[in-house]
Amino acid sequence: MRRSMLFLPGNTPNVIQNGDVLGADAVIFDLEDAVAPDQKDAARILVRNAMTFLDFSRVETIVRINSVDTPFWKKDLDTILPLKPTLIMPPKTSAAQDVLTVDAYMSQLEDKLGMARNTVRLIPLIETALGLENAFQIAAASSRVAALFLGAEDLTADLRCKRTKEGEEIAYARARMVAAARAAGVDVYDTPFTDVNDDEGIRVDTEKAKSLGFTGKASISPRHVPVINEVFSPSQRDIDYAYEVMEAIRIAKEQGRGAIALRGKMIDAPIVNRAKQTIEAAEELGLGRSDI
Amino acid sequence: MDKVVHSLREAIELAGVKSGMTVSFHHHMRNGDFVLNMVMEELAQMGVKNLTVNASSVFDCHRPLIDHIRSGVVTKLCCNYMAAGVGRAISAGLMDTPVEFRTHGGRPADIVSGRTPIDVAFIAAPTADTMGNCTGKIGKSACGSLGYAYADAMYAKKVVVITDNLVPYPLTERSIDETYIDYVVPVEAIGDPAGIVSGTTKITRDPVGLVMAETAAKVIQASGLLKDGFSFQTGAGGATLAAAKYLKDIMLRDNIHGSFGLGGITGYMVDMLNAGCFQKLLDVQCFDLKAVESIRQNPNHSEVSAMHYASPDAKSAAVDSLDVVLLGATEVDLGFNVNVHTDSSGSIMGGSGGHSDTAAGAKLAMIIAPLSRARLPIVRDRVQCISTPGSTIDVLVTQRGVAVNPARPELKKALEDARLPVCSIEELKARAEAICGTPRAVRHGKKVVADVIYRDGTVIDQLYNVE
Amino acid sequence: MSEVLKPASAGTMESSDALVELEPAQGHQIQLTSVVEAQFGDAIRAVAEELLDRFGLTDVCLRIDDRGALECVLRARIETAILRAKGEN
Repeated sequence: MRRSMLFLPGNTPNVIQNGDVLGADAVIFDLEDAVAPDQKDAARILVRNAMTFLDFSRVETIVRINSVDTPFWKKDLDTILPLKPTLIMPPKTSAAQDVLTVDAYMSQLEDKLGMARNTVRLIPLIETALGLENAFQIAAASSRVAALFLGAEDLTADLRCKRTKEGEEIAYARARMVAAARAAGVDVYDTPFTDVNDDEGIRVDTEKAKSLGFTGKASISPRHVPVINEVFSPSQRDIDYAYEVMEAIRIAKEQGRGAIALRGKMIDAPIVNRAKQTIEAAEELGLGRSDI
Repeated sequence: MDKVVHSLREAIELAGVKSGMTVSFHHHMRNGDFVLNMVMEELAQMGVKNLTVNASSVFDCHRPLIDHIRSGVVTKLCCNYMAAGVGRAISAGLMDTPVEFRTHGGRPADIVSGRTPIDVAFIAAPTADTMGNCTGKIGKSACGSLGYAYADAMYAKKVVVITDNLVPYPLTERSIDETYIDYVVPVEAIGDPAGIVSGTTKITRDPVGLVMAETAAKVIQASGLLKDGFSFQTGAGGATLAAAKYLKDIMLRDNIHGSFGLGGITGYMVDMLNAGCFQKLLDVQCFDLKAVESIRQNPNHSEVSAMHYASPDAKSAAVDSLDVVLLGATEVDLGFNVNVHTDSSGSIMGGSGGHSDTAAGAKLAMIIAPLSRARLPIVRDRVQCISTPGSTIDVLVTQRGVAVNPARPELKKALEDARLPVCSIEELKARAEAICGTPRAVRHGKKVVADVIYRDGTVIDQLYNVE
Repeated sequence: MSEVLKPASAGTMESSDALVELEPAQGHQIQLTSVVEAQFGDAIRAVAEELLDRFGLTDVCLRIDDRGALECVLRARIETAILRAKGEN
């Protein structure tokens, strides 16, 4: 279950080596914006060595490579792909062709390395107006795409609007991203909240993302991770209801009844499926039914 | 009559300090203290030699001590804590007589019993009257509690109060009263306020520290001790203080009314008092201005002497009523023994302070430490120095797992039931070494530079010179 | 076969990192300053030798100022410095 993704600057050893204990479900080793152009080589080798020698099995690993319009991205993939990160994040993805370009090169590398195709999947970062308008095509461009990720800082610069804490300016982008991703059958992740000291702000922002249908949210600060995890975990009420649904089904089966009602509401297949998903997620997180 | 003597030299002569005697100091002025240096300089000029200095703690502002040792003015040191700057010199083999390290409870016990008699005690007092009634709560050099100075004042043969705020008799808001005081010396300044207390004690922003702190708070919750009447002590450093923040959140959320907070007090413990987490604070030392202000104004924030705090000889001490203490460590070994005296190379950089006293007294003694520091694993086969015996430590909290002392199976089960990341201490060692590699054992010299005296009077360990 | 090396460096003086500097020299030597010299000095020198050997460098001076870097970090910094010195970064 991936609720939170935490950015770790790719050339900073003391952050990287404890990145897996900060509570995030996934860490993003950043070779792009967090690394100066003249340190790209150093960061690439550092991340490679960290992923090779340190145990990141407690988290999923994502690597943000440099964008396809830079001289760095192929070398990033050459170095990182053999380590089988969970996802590669190509930034500034603006069209389906950007995905296909990266996809083709990854396939080539996978073949060369004797890895199955699509071993490593993609989470394109959408942070341009063009990318936003092409979001569905990007999500549907390749079976390698596992999720979309909205980057609001660059996007608002491209839109020529001011990025605010309230985020009214990205309301359309958020809704569009969720629709595009869900239409293509992939997950979708919300942009980081950038005020590290605003504990209330991160909660409001995360709840907004959850209510819009996002799968989870990225973070640039470990301080935001617990809130993101909490908001994107099933609530105690959801869990209790899910168990009630499964209990009602069990009893109905024992009694040989077909149609099942719970609190006066018919339980149909979508409700059962959602209950199963909720219980699965709760079990994965070690959450149980509340004591009655 | 009054007891005011207008020069330090005169006071020293009246008190009769002679070669071979023991002089004592307390450390509430911390790294801003002027008094120890001022007295030792005067003694050196007077040609006194072969002194024993019994100071509750030695800070790096006391580096001039090194010269007094070299010149033979000081030939023996007793303390409960020694900062790294002086510690390095001691670890290099500066002294022929080993330093005697005690605990904050053991030191006053030995003074009271006469095992370590004091000839002349010098009390740095932020405010004193002309007959020697004194307090730390007011004055330009206010430090709050004077807890560590009580035994010295009450049991030394002669007692000299040194103050930079002399007030008319009688000072009724006194901590230590005139019945114990022989002489009062007014001076320009007894310390540098910037070094005495910090403005505010800030909680760590280190994300790993916060992870450990949050885990520690959950361990306390899972232990079953966090209920009405709860009592608590925490260090002022890094993750231990941050744990108090998480604990406060839990106590307020669950409406838990604790009994008392103990020890060296920070603004954070004051916040917990004011928020209703505790009924009382028992304060042996203030760490920041907020704590000083609180002890001055809030009757529920009260000063305790070091004997009352932690003495093993007392009929009872506050540590005996303590539920939970959070402590740090530079190393922990497979037997849960803790080193807070030396760094990983064996060089002195600390001391027990109240570490082993509170660990012995508390129902739950917890160590919080990162699994490694600068490539050095925290968990070792054998610590460089046993400061606190493993039999008194219950849990080690790291960012990569929580190890419970095998002597506490019921605690282990409670933490497992709370789904905390419990593992054995051997596993923690293995995890650390998988990340850091296995450090080569550090060789030490053959000269004993310090005896570590446990609170029961036994020499629990000896420190050797570092080559 | 000798090749043209240019002076190069990699890494930082931050905690848990190392600053590695490399320059052409007669013969090869390794100068190490480390906060964990007593515990890991030999291990760090061995890693440095191994990497110089792997990249076929014989006439170099390698200076390492180690701030408690893990071995994988040290290896990354030394390799980066070597590749930069060889102009292969």
